[in-house]
Amino acid sequence: MSLRATTSQTIGPYLRIGLEWMVIEDLAPQGVAGERVRIEGRVLDGDGRPVNDAAVEIWQANSHGKYASPEDTQDKPLDPKFRGYGRSLTDNDGNFRFRTIKPGRVPGSEGKLQAPHLAVTIFMRGLLKQLLTRIYFPDEPANADDPVLKLVPAERRPTLLARRKGDGVLEWNVILQGKNETVFFDF
Amino acid sequence: MKSPAPYRRPYFDTQPEYLFPQYASTVRRAPREPLVVLPHTLSEVTAPVFGYGDIKPTDNDLTKQHKGEPQGERIVVSGRALDENGKPIPNMLIEIWQANAAGRYNHVVDQHDAPIDPNFTGGGRCLTDANGNYRFLTIRPGEYPWRNHYNAWRPAHIHFSLFGPALVTRLITQMYFPGDPLLDYDPMYNCVADEKARERLVSVFDWENTLPEYALAYRFDIVLRGREATPMETRR
Ligand SMILES: [Fe+2]
Repeated sequence: MSLRATTSQTIGPYLRIGLEWMVIEDLAPQGVAGERVRIEGRVLDGDGRPVNDAAVEIWQANSHGKYASPEDTQDKPLDPKFRGYGRSLTDNDGNFRFRTIKPGRVPGSEGKLQAPHLAVTIFMRGLLKQLLTRIYFPDEPANADDPVLKLVPAERRPTLLARRKGDGVLEWNVILQGKNETVFFDF
Repeated sequence: MKSPAPYRRPYFDTQPEYLFPQYASTVRRAPREPLVVLPHTLSEVTAPVFGYGDIKPTDNDLTKQHKGEPQGERIVVSGRALDENGKPIPNMLIEIWQANAAGRYNHVVDQHDAPIDPNFTGGGRCLTDANGNYRFLTIRPGEYPWRNHYNAWRPAHIHFSLFGPALVTRLITQMYFPGDPLLDYDPMYNCVADEKARERLVSVFDWENTLPEYALAYRFDIVLRGREATPMETRR
């Protein structure tokens, strides 16, 4: 039997009614292993205006490079206090924020390890389906060999790299259109 | 670890494009640069797991969140979550939100001149059971105007958010009601060319699940992306 996936529809402007109960901006409570990072950014539209009605979700492995998902069968430890899922709803200035840990490396295609990264899913009014992108970490030697970054034209790669803003604080913005448009994936 | 089996690509004309000018908000929000095709790695085939530590079993009843009864017609909305291979998706978090019976959202951004219902917030959630079944008790939402074009009205709908087993199965969609005359005029409903795909967004009247002298019922089955069959599975 082969069914066809249900058509995606926009999240619309009233997402808070359904999604605000599970805002998770702090993914790593005390006791979770790994290097702590704060990630802050804004979502901007094609006119450079802040998007105040976006849901930004992240998904990541723990510091050992293991996902808290039954699909991850790697022989690596789980961190019982770390689920690896975050959800932030943008404010009036388009800001979102997460406190988390830097993930370990996970396998990519053909057994090559990927550089540490967060998967980012973005929903908003005006998007009939989600956008998928990634955040990579600055000053990370593994970025040079990352099999997914290599698929991205070199001049656009910087849009996937967070910038160091302060001690333990990274900045990463989502530019929907125009100059420095963020790289989004066809998944 | 060998590469995971990828998820199937969307069938032709059944998923929207980002840029769809009839829906005006897409024009300044849809990406314009080419998308980069992403192979499905472990990061794309895994997803968070939720459970009754996250929600209460009563979170699926939107009619009992306040002191009084909400205005409007009570309805049961239920169905089954499957993947494209017909396999039920158990223990999955489903979140819904909707307007009240008068077509007004309980949200600061909604300025439509229709009454707020103090007994209806419009948000709920549940987990699918072992066979992929879910069930909500709610109020039939009203139609409402929006500013997309002159005299634009949204057909009655309920927003659904689902996770599924993988990052790439994450889905947000809308459920519509059978026979709604506004469907023909709605750019969102008409965002894909495949008529059958559109029709699958419309719930069906569900006599079996009506509650006598209490509530009518609608059925809405949801299909998430499924994996490509591995050569092993094909042989079996
Ligand atoms: Fe809506």
